[in-house]
Amino acid sequence: MKFILAVIKPSKLDEVREALTSLGVEGMTVSEVKGFGRQKGHREIYRGAEYTISFVPKIKLEIVVNDDIAESAIRAVQETANAGQIGDGKIFVMEVSQAIRIRTGETGSEAL
Amino acid sequence: MTKFPAIGIKTRALALAFAGMTICSPALAQGAAKLDGANTTWILTSTVLVLFMTLPGLALFYGGLVRSKNFLSVLMHCFAVACLMSVMWLAFVYSLAFGDGGAANGWIGGFGKSFLAGIGAETLSGDIPETVFFMFQMTFAIITPALMLGAFVERIKFSAVLVFCAVWIVVVYAPVAHWIWGGGWLSGANCLTGSGVMDFAGGLVVHVTAGVSALVAALMIKPRTGFPSDVSPPHSPGLTMIGASMLWVGWFGFNAGSALAANGSAGMAMLVTHISAATGALVWMVIEWKKYGKPSLIGMVTGMVAGLASITPASGFVGPIGAVIIGLVGGYVCYWVTSSMKLKWRIDDSLDVFAVHGVGGMIGIILTAVLATGQFGGMGLGDGVSVWTQLWTQIAGVLVTVIWAAVISYIILKVIETTMGLRVSIEDETEGLDITAHGERGYHM
Repeated sequence: MKFILAVIKPSKLDEVREALTSLGVEGMTVSEVKGFGRQKGHREIYRGAEYTISFVPKIKLEIVVNDDIAESAIRAVQETANAGQIGDGKIFVMEVSQAIRIRTGETGSEAL
Repeated sequence: MTKFPAIGIKTRALALAFAGMTICSPALAQGAAKLDGANTTWILTSTVLVLFMTLPGLALFYGGLVRSKNFLSVLMHCFAVACLMSVMWLAFVYSLAFGDGGAANGWIGGFGKSFLAGIGAETLSGDIPETVFFMFQMTFAIITPALMLGAFVERIKFSAVLVFCAVWIVVVYAPVAHWIWGGGWLSGANCLTGSGVMDFAGGLVVHVTAGVSALVAALMIKPRTGFPSDVSPPHSPGLTMIGASMLWVGWFGFNAGSALAANGSAGMAMLVTHISAATGALVWMVIEWKKYGKPSLIGMVTGMVAGLASITPASGFVGPIGAVIIGLVGGYVCYWVTSSMKLKWRIDDSLDVFAVHGVGGMIGIILTAVLATGQFGGMGLGDGVSVWTQLWTQIAGVLVTVIWAAVISYIILKVIETTMGLRVSIEDETEGLDITAHGERGYHM
């Protein structure tokens, strides 16, 4: 099992979700987060005064998938979240040692 | 409309009131003013509108402009000041502003009307009940100190807000209101130039006193921690727009109510108020659009307030063309001062009280001398008063008010600073005044 953590542009969330569900991904956790990478922040102007916004709003996706679809899931996120611009986000992949469904106690890929 | 010598209309009403109340000879008593139901109704309505400007209009306008951790503190400041000013207005401040000061009347009214002594339901001020005049003027005494609050939000001690406003209303607002509206030395023939300062609804009495004192306060309390680069932008432009719109509506009571009658003067005052507000808003929209590529909501509503502040002193004296000119000039100059204040001069008058209200009030006062003339479709200056005489009077009025408000505010704030302190601790400032000063949060999320 692989844990996929992706930080993407908020506007890309729906596309990414559709691409992943069509691959058979059956669950994900989504959070609204703020951060910065190469995009750095930006400036907003109110009444002529500039304010530096150091942290840009992003969406954090957390998905755990079986090894057999991990590659295609990662590719799906990378392709659909790609707008060709700085600030499109990053994907991190980690090994998962165990997964447990709380209600039934099922483990491993059964729990996904 | 009937032409009066160039004095504030409020002064005339007061003169009528004195004539009605104090002269007892039967011949004159017959000619004494009688209550006018229509006028009374309009001033009752205007009083409601002007209170609505502060609660919740100004509170929301200011509240949306601060960070979310200080939202409640701004609402609290506005609300508490409204309550405190109301009780003080009854206690003795109304008397100081509009009472008879005897030998010292040029400078200040007396204490004769403290707690409205001798004034009952039947007592008239002009042709409206004095209770109504008292209430109408009270709403002005509420919003004027409330305007200043924008200069020192997000870092001032709550106790310092209360003490500053309480002293300020007595030693800055009451004298200036008395000088210009209460028969003092800047009004009517009392004025050295022979023609009184024309301030229909409070360009000097309200906006310049508040704006200048706000600037002094901003300089004395120092900028917010992190200013200018690390201060977050306004937390809710939407609330700011809602509050600003309430101010706009309430301003009809402020300006058209200052005619103290339901008549043509009130109608024209309402018209010019609206046109100047709309013009000022468009000016800001166009400037931002050209300069930054994006016209902002906050910019637009700020331009509206600049247009309103600028038309205030002129509202009963100018016509529609004058209103457009005042909106254009007020909008442009206030924009320039607003953007220079933070970017160039690094002064943290946090919500731009001086740049919008102080500067707007001065522009309106000075332009009134010119735009009140018949050539610009105005109501005309006093009989035999030249534009130059009036212009000089207006400028002198500005200088006097600026100096008085600045010096007295400095003294009050200095005393507060050395005795009880002006600022909260840096820890409290970082955590936000809502939780540290009031034990509440604006948003539970």
